[in-house]
Amino acid sequence: MKKFDYLKPKTIDEALSLLNQYGKKAKFIAGGTDVIVMIKQKTMAPEVLISLRGIPGLDQIQYDGSLRIGPMVTHRAIEKSELIRKEFSALADAADVLGSVQIRNVGTAVGNICTAAPSADTATPLLVLATQVKIKSLKGERTIPIEAFFKGPGETVLNEGELVTELIIPKPLPNTGSAYWKHQRRLALDLPILGVSALVSLDKNTISCSDILCTTSPISTILHAMEQDQLVCKEVRIGLGVAAPTPMRAAKAENLLRGQKISDELLQEVAEAASKEAQPRDTLRGEAWYRRDMIKVSVKRMVMKSIERVVRPEETVFPVRLW
Amino acid sequence: MPKRTFEFILNGEPVQVEIEPYLTLLQLLRDRLELTGTKEACGMGECGACTVLLDGKPINSCIFPPLEVEGKSVTTIEGLMDAQGNLHPIQKAFIEHGAIQCGFCTPGMVLSAKALLDENPKPTEEEIRNGIAGNLCRCTGYLQILQAIKAASNQT
Repeated sequence: MKKFDYLKPKTIDEALSLLNQYGKKAKFIAGGTDVIVMIKQKTMAPEVLISLRGIPGLDQIQYDGSLRIGPMVTHRAIEKSELIRKEFSALADAADVLGSVQIRNVGTAVGNICTAAPSADTATPLLVLATQVKIKSLKGERTIPIEAFFKGPGETVLNEGELVTELIIPKPLPNTGSAYWKHQRRLALDLPILGVSALVSLDKNTISCSDILCTTSPISTILHAMEQDQLVCKEVRIGLGVAAPTPMRAAKAENLLRGQKISDELLQEVAEAASKEAQPRDTLRGEAWYRRDMIKVSVKRMVMKSIERVVRPEETVFPVRLW
Repeated sequence: MPKRTFEFILNGEPVQVEIEPYLTLLQLLRDRLELTGTKEACGMGECGACTVLLDGKPINSCIFPPLEVEGKSVTTIEGLMDAQGNLHPIQKAFIEHGAIQCGFCTPGMVLSAKALLDENPKPTEEEIRNGIAGNLCRCTGYLQILQAIKAASNQT
């Protein structure tokens, strides 16, 4: 493997100074599950790796009204967090399916978005959770919405000398549920053919018959039964991964649903709009037409799953239980 | 660039090493410390053959920077025997249930199983499957491996 030196600063400022000192020759490393692989595959050849692992406090998940995730928080820590599973469920769904236990023990959510693959599992959950990204350099700090963070496949807006120091996720509205589905062939160690996230905030958290969600009835049947409850969607966000050069929000689809009563016909329209907005390609893992078809199916299901998590919160069941 | 010296606990014993900073943990274990029980298959963190336990948690050593084990505890497959040289109950269960064919995935698989049972002594079948999902086996079809882990969990 390419030779590199490995430095372990003790503070963020020290890390930033080292990056400034070495410039393009250096790269930050958090877990290393992407960086070391890229060095081995020769798509990256830094002469110096600056490790963040030795800096205390970066592996904290904090909640002070907003959820704050540091750059050394592993996917495993997210997977095990009761708070994230209950209140920010889409992110927990992503942590469940990302890589493998071994990868999750080492890899980080911040690292996942900095590698910026359009398929990044944590990306669309963070998009629908309205995440802000805090970025620090020797010149100061800036905070940007995660929508503005991705520039292209594998590219972020991080300038030379910048480091992501925190992901900030605001407390959702009451009666909010979120979900992420990774469409993959294997149950682990796979990249998604398609990733779909949704977040829905409703005007209430009970329906007259929540048991219908526990059946294997077709989704249209369940939605027709729920129409009598006249659930209003106060806020909705839909994220699509592997459907464009960057993880994207299906904004036009969202606009159709926001403020409206939930119904089968409307969700069908929303799903079709999302499918039209997406820009999937033909790739190794699937062709564009298939991705468009699956967006139609899975956007509807992920909105349903988000609603289920509002009206049946005691059963935060992994999205695999679908209709 | 200069070599780096650091200490860590390896299979219960303190050890000091001096290595080039760009090695992987797998290279340190196999090539320098001559513990060849841990295997290299894909070399990219996608198969789990290189699994070792870091402070009890399974990691892919083929992509892990060794300087980060300083002050921590690493367990390889060689560390599973007890002081008298008896096999660990999980190893015995693997043998009894025919969960080993070519044996290449076995060190990593056994360590993942150990980490799973240490954290969750009575896992459901789904929890076992998730626990070893990061370890690929090309020979067995996993059935005997699941049975072995289930049997081992019933013994503790």
